[in-house]
Order: sequence, then structure tokens, then C-alpha cells
Amino acid sequence: MTGMIRPNTLALCLILFVSGWITGCQTPASHQNDGFYDQLGQRSGIADIVEDLLFLIVDDARINQSFKGVDVQQFHRHLTDQLCELSGGPCEYTGRSMRELHADMAITDTQFNALTENLILAMEKNRVPVGAQNRLLEKLVPLYPDIRNL
Amino acid sequence: MIRILAFMLLLPATLPLAQASDPGSRIWATGGVTTIEGSAGGGLVPWALLSGYASDEEWGGTLSLSQANVDDYSLTVQAASLNWHNRVELSVARQTLDLDSLVFVLKDGFGIEQDELRQDVLGLKVRLFGDVLYTPWGQWSAGVQYKRQRDFTVPDTIGARDDSGTDLYLSGSKVFFASLFDRNLLVNGTVRATRANQGGLLGFGGDKNNSYEFMAEAAAGIFLNRQWLVGAEYRQKPDNLNFAEENDWWDLFVAWVPDRRLSLTAAWVNLGDIATLTDQQGLYLSLEGSF
Repeated sequence: MTGMIRPNTLALCLILFVSGWITGCQTPASHQNDGFYDQLGQRSGIADIVEDLLFLIVDDARINQSFKGVDVQQFHRHLTDQLCELSGGPCEYTGRSMRELHADMAITDTQFNALTENLILAMEKNRVPVGAQNRLLEKLVPLYPDIRNL
Repeated sequence: MIRILAFMLLLPATLPLAQASDPGSRIWATGGVTTIEGSAGGGLVPWALLSGYASDEEWGGTLSLSQANVDDYSLTVQAASLNWHNRVELSVARQTLDLDSLVFVLKDGFGIEQDELRQDVLGLKVRLFGDVLYTPWGQWSAGVQYKRQRDFTVPDTIGARDDSGTDLYLSGSKVFFASLFDRNLLVNGTVRATRANQGGLLGFGGDKNNSYEFMAEAAAGIFLNRQWLVGAEYRQKPDNLNFAEENDWWDLFVAWVPDRRLSLTAAWVNLGDIATLTDQQGLYLSLEGSF
């Protein structure tokens, strides 16, 4: 097999360069405290989102079994505090670690996707701007290996 | 284009049947759309994404109809795919290239009467590891496309060696959340080993070069929101035939994914020179239904 560099490889490099440049801009510093927490509606807005999320979970056959027996009040308070803290708000999550909480639950990708979908729908219902939705998802994605117990 | 419209009119009739269960659990648009070779990707470049919406406990698939109308040719593609557990994708595509103005060149110059070139593509793609949304290094897949050119008289005459061939490729795809203007950015890179001339429609191997070569392909797109993706693709191509130079392909696309069952993609494609006819550009439309 032979490999050749051809002139139009330039176009490819351009696409990759521009993409790299765009993502290169996303440093953690530029994402701190510039209206993201406010766009979620601060703690009370986040509490509304979590409440709608809980209604969606109850109706979702893919995941509602996993929430059986959960103390709804405590779950609501913990998740609201967690999202508030992740979005730069003045809250502190006091629950157990994500890995510890999900260790014995054998969460599948299907279930993880279902929760992500419901969170997006709950944010849409509360008219959270697309950019703020994406910022919150960006903060939550690193929790994936802990929740999936990978 | 008429066929696409007819297909669209048929879809609503099938929707109530599909209502019973969603096509799958993966997040909207993470199945990409259907390429002209039947594999999930963009329009011209296969991505590491597997078709449809099946997640790790589900199966699903897609049906699609695509058409590209460039200056002197039109390409129609009918394709179908199955996705098992977001691990294995099987696809089949039938391509029909209407030669339009080349018909006269062939008749006058070579005494050949041929008005279309057809090719079938069987695809297999396996997700090796990672998830396009959730893992730091993105999603990586390897794929095979077995292609059979069904009207070999023309490719044979202009120097192609074989009427069938196999492409092998490796793809990586990743979504970067809250990137440019806090929008999610999808980036894809693909390396393909191939001997195909114009994707295989002009056969495989040739009098100028008859061996496998590595080709680089890339795509990037921005999600304006979860229903609209705009972006560009680039696909490097071999140049195996003395008869005519073959150029790289690129396109600018916009995809609309109103929900998991349906996607509609429009693109401006530039296929360069094809069989002596220069600068082939035009509109590409693709309609996909997922189940």
C-alpha cells in the first residue's frame, strides 16, 4: 500500500485546524461565572428543572424501576444542589459520590441516554437557552464513567 | 427529486405504525445520516457513528433515499441499515448514476450505448470503543464496504481493472459540548484504504495505479440546536485512470432532524472532474427514516 500527500490534503488540514481552533477556545476559565447559572434560573430555576425531570423519569419505562424506593424529597434537593454547584451557583452538594451511589445499579448506556434525554426535555420545558443547556451537559459528561461504573 | 417527494408523502402513512415504540434511546442526531455508500455518516464521508438510534440494549435501523444532481450527472441512492446494540451496523445501498450528457460522448467516441452505471454496496461497521458524546476520546469504529459495479462495459473501456472491490476504513467522531458560541461541535476523521474509481462507479484499480492507497476524509458540523446541524465534509480520492483525472470531493451540508424518526439533509456538493466532464457541482438531498 502506498500513501501520497496531495494538494487537496490542504483542505482537510484546514477543516481539522479550524475544528481544533474552535475547541481550543473552550478553556475552563472562559466558562466560569458568565451568566450560565443565571440562564438556568439560579437555584429556583434549577429546582423547577429537576422537578420536571422527576415527572419525566416516573413516566419513562426505561429507567423508572431504577428509582423505586428513592426518597424523592432528598433526591430532588441533592440533584438541585449538585446542578447548582456544577453551574457555578452558591450551593454545595452534600450527597454521596456518584460512583458510590451507582456502584451496584449496573446502569446501561440505554438508561444513561434516557436520563440525558429527559434532562434536555426538562430544560427545554423551562425555556433554558440552547447554549446554557450545552454548558450544563458539558459539566455532566465527565460523570459518565462514575455513573456507568466503568 | 420527484422520487424523494413521493417517498416523503408515503412516510406519514407509516408513522402511526412506528408510534408504538421509539426507534431507540440514543440522543437525537447521534446516528448521523446516510452516506451515498449506505454507511452512517454525513453525505460523502462515513463517520464513527452507527446508524439509527439503538443503544446498548436495543436494535434499530434506517431506510433512506438520496439524490445528487450535479452539472452533467445525477446519482440516486437507495439504502437500508440495521444497528445491533450500537455495536454492529449492517448496510446495503444501490447507487444509480445517470450519465446524462456523457451518453453522447460514449456513443460517438467509443460506440458504447450506456445511459446509467449501477453499483451495489454492502457495508459492515463495528464500534470499537468510546461514545461520541460521553467519552473523552470520542467514538472509534472500523468498517468494510464491499462494492460491486454492475455495468462494467464503460469502466472496462476506460482502463479500470476490476468490477468489484473492498474499501476498509477507520473513523473517529466526537462531539465537543458548548464549543463555538456555546454550540455543540461534531468532528469526524476517517482514513480509508481503497482502489475505487469515483467511489467504485468507474470500477476498481486502473492503468495509472492499481494498488490500494490510503485516503483521508474529514467532516465537521455545528449543532445550532438539537434539530439543526450545519457543516462541511472533505473526501480525498485516488486517481487511478489515465483516461481522466479524478478529483477530491467536498460538500457543505445542513441536516434537519425534527425527531428520531426522520431526517432531511441538503448539501452543496463539489465532485470535481468526472470522466472528462469538468467541475461537477450541484444539489444533494437525502431523506432518512429510522425504526
